[in-house]
Amino acid sequence: MESNKNFVLGIYNDEDVLLSAIKQVRDSGIKIHEVYSPFPVHGIDEALGYKRTRLPIAAFLFGLLGTTLALTMQIWMLGYDWPMIIGGKNFISFAPFIPVTFELTVLISALGMVATFMIVSDLKPYKKPRLMDIRITDDKHVMAVDLAKNNITKEDIKKVIQGSGASEVNDKNF
Amino acid sequence: MTEERFSFTASAKKTIMIIGLIGIVLLVIGTISSMSGGHAEEGEHATNNLTEHVESTDQSTHGEAEAHEAGEEGHHGSATWLKRIYSNLWVNNIYFTGLAIIGLFFVAIHYVSQAGWSAGINRIPLAMAHWLPIAGILMIATWFMVKGDVFHWTHASLYAEHGGDHLIQGKAAYWYWPLESGTFPLFYLLRLVLFFALWVMFFRWIKKEMLSEDIDGDVKHWYKAKKLSIIFLLIFAFSSSIAAWDWIMSIDPHWKSTLIGWYVFASWWVSGLAGITFIVVLLKQRGYLKVVNANHLHDLGKYIFAFSIFWTYLWFAQFLLIYYANIPEESVYFVQRINASQYSWVFFLNLILNFLFPFLLFMTRDAKRHMSMLKVVCPIVLVGHWFDFYLMVTPSVMKFEGTFGFVEIGMAMMFLAAFMFIALSSLAKMPLIAKNDPMLEESLHHNI
Repeated sequence: MESNKNFVLGIYNDEDVLLSAIKQVRDSGIKIHEVYSPFPVHGIDEALGYKRTRLPIAAFLFGLLGTTLALTMQIWMLGYDWPMIIGGKNFISFAPFIPVTFELTVLISALGMVATFMIVSDLKPYKKPRLMDIRITDDKHVMAVDLAKNNITKEDIKKVIQGSGASEVNDKNF
Repeated sequence: MTEERFSFTASAKKTIMIIGLIGIVLLVIGTISSMSGGHAEEGEHATNNLTEHVESTDQSTHGEAEAHEAGEEGHHGSATWLKRIYSNLWVNNIYFTGLAIIGLFFVAIHYVSQAGWSAGINRIPLAMAHWLPIAGILMIATWFMVKGDVFHWTHASLYAEHGGDHLIQGKAAYWYWPLESGTFPLFYLLRLVLFFALWVMFFRWIKKEMLSEDIDGDVKHWYKAKKLSIIFLLIFAFSSSIAAWDWIMSIDPHWKSTLIGWYVFASWWVSGLAGITFIVVLLKQRGYLKVVNANHLHDLGKYIFAFSIFWTYLWFAQFLLIYYANIPEESVYFVQRINASQYSWVFFLNLILNFLFPFLLFMTRDAKRHMSMLKVVCPIVLVGHWFDFYLMVTPSVMKFEGTFGFVEIGMAMMFLAAFMFIALSSLAKMPLIAKNDPMLEESLHHNI
């Protein structure tokens, strides 16, 4: 268990206030650790300055893997290991292979994407979630600022968050 | 929100005129050269008929019809150059009818799904639909001109008691009911007229609601347009499918594909989407459509990407079943298109332009959000689907005499110029943005 993780939490009631608060807090030079909200908020990724996910690249590569696997499997099985005449077609004829190739491409791509996502976001079985505030599962938005990542004093951070329209400002230590 | 209007400038008109004029010149040059080449090709023509005949005797039913035609009628319709023009007229009629009806379909489907994002651009598909009445008149006029050469089933001798074609006779009622087979295809023409009448009527009704909303800003117009759209979509679901059987599948009266309705619709839909997107991008680059941003372009791009794959899916579903089952009457359709040197390149080009290019070029998110990429892919898809229709019609009409050259390019350019002229001049007659559309606010804040 990690310790000595100290956060300042700003709790917001409204997503529009939250969006402008993110802008204010970031403009004042504070690095935001993460924002938690009970529902997706449009434009929050841009406001937080997040880079877009590179998951599609993983999807494409897994898709290529699936295509290769499917074609190799079928060519080897039907062309070399156990050649069979089906409908008078060649042993290795491309058209009938396409449905299986398509399905395996989609399958490997999807499974690979899920696995990549789980690994990247550190989702694993028996992981104890670090819940900043129980109310993010209900109706509050929470902005968390990691004190170790900022050179600004705790009081100043609290002042900025308070001034940005937060309904409460709390401490949270893990 | 200030009212934005598209002005159809003299220079835009000039560009369209030049496209049309080049089209006419190419058409004339192409026609003259194919007319003068006609005599030299007579010998070749005969041998081609022979090869065709030999091939078709493999398939007893088909051979019967061909033998009959060669024997009794003794001619193969009009001269090659004329047949070529007819076949091109039919290809372009169907293709541009598709662009127009998809304009209306696009508007309707976004009313029915209560889509918000498209509120800012729905005047462009509406403008494209203005081609519909002209397309209807052209289609009917062209049908009477080309029927003997394009539609084999119109030959009365096929319905003779002895030596007729029993496969075509079995389908006679579908064309001739309630009249006698081989006389006047009343049922067929009724459908043709009815479909265009319905489409044009719904186009006018929906347009009326959309434009009167601009004036009084009453939300009731939106609800009325939605109701009309629901009815239109129900009608279109059936009529587009039947239109595909009538206008495309009946060119090969022996051939059948249960998928052709969807296939033609998919081809129309993708080309219509590419047309809408292309016009949006061109307008935006000229400073219009300020309400449209990368998010709207992204949605349009996703449409083209997704439905290109959908088209390929249908293409493949049709191909694989025919290929695997290998029933002569069905596989002759693909044999004609893959084995003949004049069509095999189009056959593969069709897949490259309509699947490979949009699939690979539009795969990333950025590609769909930038006008520079949209401007590359949309024309590729538009040209690609023109070739798709070319491939559906020409090999069936022209058999081994088909070619691709100035006539094809020229005719397509003429139709394009006429279509663009109608679409843009009607776009200039109405406000470019539906300022009172209840969904416009949502469109302005569209964010994906």
